[in-house]
Order: sequence, then structure tokens, then C-alpha cells
Amino acid sequence: MTDTEAPRRGTSRVSRLARRRGVTTGLLLTPPMLWLGVAYLGALAALLVTSLWTQDDFTGQIQRTWTLQNFRDLFTIDVYRTITVRTLSIAALVTVIDAILAFPIALYMAKVASPRVQRLLVIAVLMPLWASYLVKAYAWRGMFSEGGLISWLAAPFGLNTPGYGLVATTIVLAYLWLPFMILPVFAGLQRLPDSLLEASADLGAHSWTTLRRVVLPMAFPALVAGSIFTFSLSMGDYIAVRIVGGTGQLIGTVVYSNIGAANNLPFAAAVATVPVAVMLLYLAVVRRTGALENL
Amino acid sequence: MKKISSRRLTVLAGVALLALVSGCGTSSGGGSSTSSKGFTAPDLPMKKSIGAMEGQVNILAWPGYAEDGSNDPKVDWVTPFEKDTGCQANVKYFNTSDEAVKLMQTGQYDVVSASGDASLRLIASGDAAPVNTALLKNYGDIESFLKNRDWNSVDGQMYGVPHGWGANLLAYNTKVVKPAPTSWGAVFGDASKYDGKVTAYDSPIYIADAALYLMKHQPDLGIKNPYALDQDQLQAAVDLLKEQRKSVSEYWSDYLTEVQAFTTGDSVIGTAWQYNALTAAAEGAPIKTVFPEETATGWSDTWMINPNSPHSNCGYAWMDYITSPQAQAQVAEYFGEAPANTKACALTSDKTFCDQYHAQDKAYSDKIWYWTTPISQCLDGRTDVRCTDYGDWTTAWTEIKG
Amino acid sequence: MSLSRGLRAALLAITVLVLVVVYTPLALVVLNSFNVDRTFAWPPKDFTTHWWDAAIHSTGARSALWTSVEVALAATAVALVLGTLAGLALRKTRFFGRNVVSLVILLPIALPGIVTGIALSNAFTTVLGVELSLFTIIIAHATFCIVTVFNNVQARLQRLGGNMEQASMDLGAGPLTTFRLVTFPMLRSALLAGALLSFGLSFDEIVVTTFTASPRDQTLPLWIFQNLFRPNQGPVVNVVAAVLVLFSVIPIYLAQRLSGSTAEGLTGAR
Repeated sequence: MTDTEAPRRGTSRVSRLARRRGVTTGLLLTPPMLWLGVAYLGALAALLVTSLWTQDDFTGQIQRTWTLQNFRDLFTIDVYRTITVRTLSIAALVTVIDAILAFPIALYMAKVASPRVQRLLVIAVLMPLWASYLVKAYAWRGMFSEGGLISWLAAPFGLNTPGYGLVATTIVLAYLWLPFMILPVFAGLQRLPDSLLEASADLGAHSWTTLRRVVLPMAFPALVAGSIFTFSLSMGDYIAVRIVGGTGQLIGTVVYSNIGAANNLPFAAAVATVPVAVMLLYLAVVRRTGALENL
Repeated sequence: MKKISSRRLTVLAGVALLALVSGCGTSSGGGSSTSSKGFTAPDLPMKKSIGAMEGQVNILAWPGYAEDGSNDPKVDWVTPFEKDTGCQANVKYFNTSDEAVKLMQTGQYDVVSASGDASLRLIASGDAAPVNTALLKNYGDIESFLKNRDWNSVDGQMYGVPHGWGANLLAYNTKVVKPAPTSWGAVFGDASKYDGKVTAYDSPIYIADAALYLMKHQPDLGIKNPYALDQDQLQAAVDLLKEQRKSVSEYWSDYLTEVQAFTTGDSVIGTAWQYNALTAAAEGAPIKTVFPEETATGWSDTWMINPNSPHSNCGYAWMDYITSPQAQAQVAEYFGEAPANTKACALTSDKTFCDQYHAQDKAYSDKIWYWTTPISQCLDGRTDVRCTDYGDWTTAWTEIKG
Repeated sequence: MSLSRGLRAALLAITVLVLVVVYTPLALVVLNSFNVDRTFAWPPKDFTTHWWDAAIHSTGARSALWTSVEVALAATAVALVLGTLAGLALRKTRFFGRNVVSLVILLPIALPGIVTGIALSNAFTTVLGVELSLFTIIIAHATFCIVTVFNNVQARLQRLGGNMEQASMDLGAGPLTTFRLVTFPMLRSALLAGALLSFGLSFDEIVVTTFTASPRDQTLPLWIFQNLFRPNQGPVVNVVAAVLVLFSVIPIYLAQRLSGSTAEGLTGAR
């Protein structure tokens, strides 16, 4: 009813609609916000609180006395700084490698391949996601081993396998998260109208120039969107590094060993605030690029 | 408040117990292990007789100790138990001793396979009851050198049934490592000889291996028990391990990682369980193990029962069953350790199994420094210093790995 | 096409090369499932079907598979409801805190799994006093799956605008009828894309699962994790992985059939 009368009573309709929409929005938002806003954020807050407590080493019970000792340890003991820097460097490197590899593939899929080939390529990119993460990491362990596939292939060139360590960790992480970069970039490039490329060519731009001046800037938000996945997934990893990391350890390893072996939740919680802070900062920065609409 | 103070009492009691009971470690030193004057163990009733089975039992076990055939139909000793007794076995696995203690303290589990670094904590906190060994048919067949030890008894009263044990050996690749090593020095002082090919166990408890080496080679540090290290002694062990790290290819924490590394040649020397070495050898790896002259660390596990268990009859039935020759033979071969009940030796599929694992060799067992959780009260009886606890060891381990 | 022949050839070459690298470890997994060596020695000395036989008889693997399917379906169902609600709520409306809402929805997947894992585990066990179970795994999985549905719904609504629904309302249909007859059909393929991604995420998740599962609940990744490190089970795990890769064609194929366009159906491309 209101709607049919609308043209005559413009202003009041707008305000009433707005109010009604406000109510609807509120109703619709209540369940997801209860789940995420209250339960999930509440859990994160509880974790933060826990990091300010301490633990009794003998009984393993948490003692609820307020202390900043965990954070003092975290910032004053050198090894944690080294590990943080190392973890962030690896996460950044993995992200860059994935972006460099994903861009040409996504571009080929979106703008060159025929619809049939495109369909096959999407399947080809998605299939590895279904093979277990662990099994893939273990397959790489075999490849990196002495006399494994990599040294076997590299031997004729006088090279050898990098062995287990940070190089292997970076490669494996980049491998594991590559599809998470390809998919958003592909989706982003698909939205790029062909006419834009043609216009650029018509204006005399070389394809390399088109790529650099038109495609890349347009695809940038999608690349950033993908980077959220690759960066965050790499930063929290503790399993791949255990399988191919040799002696190396990352933030995830420290959190895990403090929970698993030492049963020290307060300190683990304190360590876990590092990736949370980094990720929040990262999200705040990339929000400006419009990447969050590209996930 | 009341809860906390009673807990604190328990802690104090436990600390006192540990200080007294573990006064002399577990090594060849002999000496007193039960002088418990001034200490009162939680006064818990002992079971008098076996009644009717309750129909189920909740088991807390190390992975591999209670297999029910779901992973491999041929690996199943839980189902026969269920058929025999009518007790349905609900098995829950834990991965560390700390987790075992935490779970056992919830009171939801009837029996637990506790290692030496968990068993005393459970006794002290009143989560493990004295065991009436007269009710267990198979108890008599258990090797006597495993009975009435520091980690499973108080004042001659058993708090559990010994299950199995093993040592952390020095494994090496016979093609690369020549001459055959006889000392842990091969992975500490001389680690650089096998640069990038050394392997070590990935756990803070491995610090004890370094401490054991220092105990024999740097007597001036005054280490008497590798699990009782003051700040300086810990620092010395940490320095040694940091030096070792330069030559380490990787730290292993599971069977497959190490077996694979020895088979491919990524690792040529390092600490290993007998089982890993035998598996790698079966894959054709040129691998041998040695019990070095400094002796070695190891583990010894005990089945314990919850004093408030609502399924105590089924719990006793399980403890009896799992220490029967048949079950022991299966577990020992599957997990790769020496069975506590050596009647199992006649039933293993590989008849040389018990010899390989020194199951009947008391002298060998006595040489092992069994895993014990380091706590701030020095386990070697010193009272003038504060020892480093497991939390310190964890931090140190993170630093060692860098 | 406005990209030069040379550039196109280069793109093709890179694509092929990367795909070869992507598939090499997978091929190795399949090969190793036939490798007689229990620790996957390279090159294989001999081949056997023993592991496939063992895998077929592994009740542990089978029940873990069903647990995973159950968890993934339940988590996806929750994610579909909550994600759609959030997507509908945020359409067109510009209210204060809109960005905060999107951020909150994004957070569970943007934060490393280990953080989400220990936060939820701590909340369940110490704050709420709930015992870990299948139910807690589902809650945890749904938490990070909501975003996949939400993103797809929101993007679809943005692209299609509200004209159709406006028309429906103008013709006298109520909000529910409009949703049933107009909005939902419009969203169907986007929902499918979101659901598929959500299912996949949940199915292969291990980190959050490790912390929110009681050791008695075994999802497939947990089963794999436990068995990969047992010498006699490693090759069996390879068999399971090989089977998973082969079977992954099914959901992908279904999505293609149901959504009309694979690319759109699977990536939520818009």
C-alpha cells in the first residue's frame, strides 16, 4: 500500500521506509551478529584476558592474578622477536610469490582461454584443494629429501635440493595457498570488461602497456584480497613447518608448543596476540584499496 | 577460595613427595627412594575385591596403547577385552603427559597410561589410587625391576601396574658414521663432523639428553640428575644444544619423520627409539643403534586408576587384561617398547623381539634415566637452589631452536 | 582479443608450467599409494595394491570420512543461513558500523586458524564449561564459513540491484513471497558457490579442528594427521588422499550442472 502511494508523499515515505529498513536490517543482522559479534569476539576477548594471567607449573592450573609478565617475556626475550620477524618475512614472501604466479594464470583463464578451457582450468585449480593439506605437505617432504625428486631433477644441472628448512617451508606454503590467490584474482579479472582492453589497444597502447597501465591496477584489489588469505594462512601455520621446516620454527610453532607440550595457555595467548595485531593492522591498511569487497 | 587452598595443599604435598621420593633419580646410584618421613600421601582407599562388571570403562591412553582395530583390523586388542568382560571400552588418546594430567583431573576417566613425568603428579594430587595388586592375575609375571619404583609407588605401595618401557638410543648410519660411535659426544661435541645430518628429538625434555652428557663430561657443573638443573646447569645444556643446532638437519617428533630421514640419508646420526631404527632397517637403511657409554634417557609407563572411578571393576579388568602376556605382546610389538610382562616374549610374532628391546635385562633398565617432569624443587635433593621447571625448559627449547 | 600473440603464448606457458608443478606432488601421492616402501622411498622399488586393500578395510578412515561430511554439511547449513541473513541486511543500507559488521564477518577467516582455534577452545572449555564434541567442531567451522556465503550473496545483490524485488512488492507480494519467488532464485547460484567453498573449507580444516575436537571425534584431516605418522599407516593415508582428489570431481561437477557456469559457480565470480 505504502509503495503505491509513494509518488505523492515522497519525503514521509522515504523516512518511513528508512525506518522500516532499519528495523529489518536489525532483525536480519541479529542472528549472525550474536554468533560472530558476541560469541566469536567474546572468545577472542577471553583469550586476551587469559594472556594477562599466569599458570601454575606443577598443577598446570591457570592462576587468575593479573600480570604483564607474559608480554614482558614476549618482548624482552630475543628469540621471540627473531621468530616474529622470520614468520612475517615468510608470510610476505609467500604472498608475493603467489601473487606473481597467480596473476598470469588468472589472466590467461579470464581473458585468453576459451570458455571450455576456462572451465577445465577452474577445475584444475580447485582440485588440489581437495587433497588433504597434510598429504600434500608430506609429498613435498619426499620431494625435498636427499635423493628425492628435486635433487634427482636438479642433479644434471649440478644443483641439489635445498633440504628441509625455511626455503622448503616457503615453497610448500606458497604451493598450498596458491589456489586461494588464483581464485579471487580470476574473479576480479573476469569482471574487467573486454572493451576496456580493446579501448586501450585502440588508443595505440602496446599489450605490455595495457597490462601494466590498465589490467594490473584494476586487478590490484583482487590481488590484495587474495593476499589476506595467503598472508594469514602462512602466518598461523605450524604443521607444514614441522614437516619440511627442518629446525625452523614460526609463531604458530611457539603457540602450539606452549599449548600442547607445556600446557601454558596464558603465554600461548600472549604470543597469539601478535598475529592478531598484525592482521588487524593489515586489514586496516588494505581496506582503502577496496580489497575487502573482492574476497 | 576453599578450592584453591586445598589445591595449594595438594601442590605442597606433591612437591614434598617429589623432593623426597625422587631424591636419587632412577639411575644406578641405588640409595633410598622411600624415606617419606613427614609426608602423608593422600589417604585413599584401596579396592578390596572385584565385583560385578559395570559394562563400560573410560580409558585415557597414549596413541597406540589401546587399539580397537579401527585403523587396521589386524591391530585390535580392545575388542577381545570387550568380549571377555562385557565392559565397553571408551578410549581417549592424549599426546603429552601434561594433557594426561589435565584430562585425568577432570575425573571422567577410569584408567590412564601415565609416563613417569605424569604419574607422581597424579599420585600427589589424589587422582590415582593405590592399587591392590593381589586382585590382578598377571601382576606376578611383571618384571620385578619395574615394581616399587620411584615413579609408580609410595612406601612400597604400588599406585599402578607397569606397562612398558624403552630407551632413547643413539642411532647412526653405518655407511657414513665410522667408526661406530660409543658416546653421545658424536651428536654433541663432534656434531660438526656430520654437519647438517644430525637429528634430535623435538621436545623440551630433550634438554635432559644434553644434561646427561654434561653430567659425565663436565663434572664441575655438578649435575647429579639430568632432570634437576639449576639456572647455570640449564644454561650449560642450552649452550651445548645451541652449538649442536648448527649441525642439526631437523628435529623429529614422530616415527615417520625420523624413519624417512634415516632411510633417505637426510639424517645420519641422532637420538632414536629402537622401533624407529628397526623400521628404517626394515626399509633397507644402513642403520644401527647403540646404548652409549653415558647411558640414556627413556620412558616407563604405568596404568593407574582413578580413586573415584564409577567403573572400578572394569578398570581393574582392563589393567589386568592389558598386562596379560597376549595383550602385552601385541602392544609391545605395535608400539615398539619392552613389555613389562615378559611372558609376552613367547607370544610376539618376532621371537627375538624381547632380546632386541632388552625386556628382561634389569641391568639395562637400571641404566636408563626415565623421563621425569623437572620442577622448581630440585629432584636431586638440593635445597639451597631453585631448579628450573618445565616451563623454563619450554622457553629454553624455543630459544635453542631459534 | 587485444593481448598480443606473444603475451598470450607467455601466459599459456606460465599456466602450463605452474599446473605441472601443482600436480607433481599429487601425482606422487597417487604413485606412493602403490609404493611398497612404507616411508615412500624414491624412486619406488616395487609396486603393490596392498595399501588400497588396507584402506578399503580401514573402518577408522571410513568413519572419519563420514564425520567430516557430517561436520561440513552442518557447518555449511549454518553458514548459509547466517551468511544470507547478513548479506541481505547489509544490502544498500548505509548505516553506521556497516564496515565494522563486514570486518567482524571477515575476521574468523582473516585471523590465523591457530588463534581462532585456541580462542574458541578456551571459550568452550574454560569460559562456558562445555565439553568438546562434534557440536563444538561444527560451531567453530560455521564461524569461519559464514564469510564465504556472505561475500557471494552480497556481491550478487550488488550486481543485480533491487529492481526485481521492488517490482514484486509493487505488484503486491509480501516480503516473504518476494524472497521465495524473486530474491532466492536470484541468489541460488551465489549460494551454491558459497556453500561449496564453505564445504571445502570445513572438509580440509585441521588447525581449528585440532583445538575444538575431543580426541574421540575424528574428522578426516585429524585421522590423516594421526595416521600419517605411523609407519604402517602412511601409505594408507596416501590412498585416502588419492581417492579424495578423484572424488572431488563430484562436487565440482554438481556445481557446474546446477549453476550453469562452472567459473561463476565455483569462484563466486561476478
